[in-house]
Amino acid sequence: MADVTVGIVVFPGSNCDHDTEYAVASFPGVKPVMLWHNDHDLKGCDAVILPGGFSYGDYLRCGSIARFSPIMREVIDFAGKGRPVLGICNGFQVLVECGLLEGALIRNAGRKFVSRQTTISVANNATIFTDRYEKGEMLRVPVAHGEGNYYASPETIESLESNGQVVFRYTDAGGNATAEANFNGSMNNIAGIVNKQGNVLGLMPHPERASEKLLGSEDGRRLFESLFAHLAGA
Amino acid sequence: MAFKAKIKVTLRPSILDVQGKAAQHALENLGYSSVESIRIGKYMEVIIGEDFRAEAEQVCTEICQKLLSNPIMEDFSFELVPVN
Repeated sequence: MADVTVGIVVFPGSNCDHDTEYAVASFPGVKPVMLWHNDHDLKGCDAVILPGGFSYGDYLRCGSIARFSPIMREVIDFAGKGRPVLGICNGFQVLVECGLLEGALIRNAGRKFVSRQTTISVANNATIFTDRYEKGEMLRVPVAHGEGNYYASPETIESLESNGQVVFRYTDAGGNATAEANFNGSMNNIAGIVNKQGNVLGLMPHPERASEKLLGSEDGRRLFESLFAHLAGA
Repeated sequence: MAFKAKIKVTLRPSILDVQGKAAQHALENLGYSSVESIRIGKYMEVIIGEDFRAEAEQVCTEICQKLLSNPIMEDFSFELVPVN
């Protein structure tokens, strides 16, 4: 694999930045670079990851303050040029707040912060983030969030569905998108979506926490592998 | 001259308000059976240093749209009170 540099944005309150750095660094030829929220350049990165955590203490609304940090101007610009941006958990919340992805993430329907292993299935494997998965493949990936309930207008949901922008769904062990599997109340069991152009992905589950056997699952690994192979031109 | 903006940000009617629901259940347990619904929102006070109401109104509308509320899930309303 050719050399690939991946920027990981660190906001005050990010707490999955080093987990993400660890996961990224485990791929040969891929170098993680930490990007501070006050930075004004992306240091020549080939892709940007917005990690999980509680940026700016989740003040006002999750992700709403992070959206206006200097680095996000660069990230929005970068995404506008078709370059890859991945938002995990709080990173997904930042992406919907800044309008790179549609919809909103509201309080979990069950009111509780949910931190546990979940099953998600790959609804679209024809993206740069998922082409190393099979369509319909089920993954064991952990979640840890209080505001992951995906909400959008019925028209937005319909266009997401018809464009294949829904990439991951919460499912049961049989791959069915049931109400029981939808622990946070997301519309259409949505766990992750891409933008229309396919270069921006946001998801609530944590693939970096499922990136090696010791962590209980390595099902998240191929998400990074898909992206890095794409960046290396493989 | 300045204006104090008293801003209310509320969840849109179509959004499930889990906090409000929890509070409503607690009131039911306290015996307030006539409480039919609670919607919990945010109240903010912002001092805007503009001399004229029209300008203050425009600034307030902009900050509500850009940051203080998320139009996908929230509505906002405000009143402006002159302060010295």
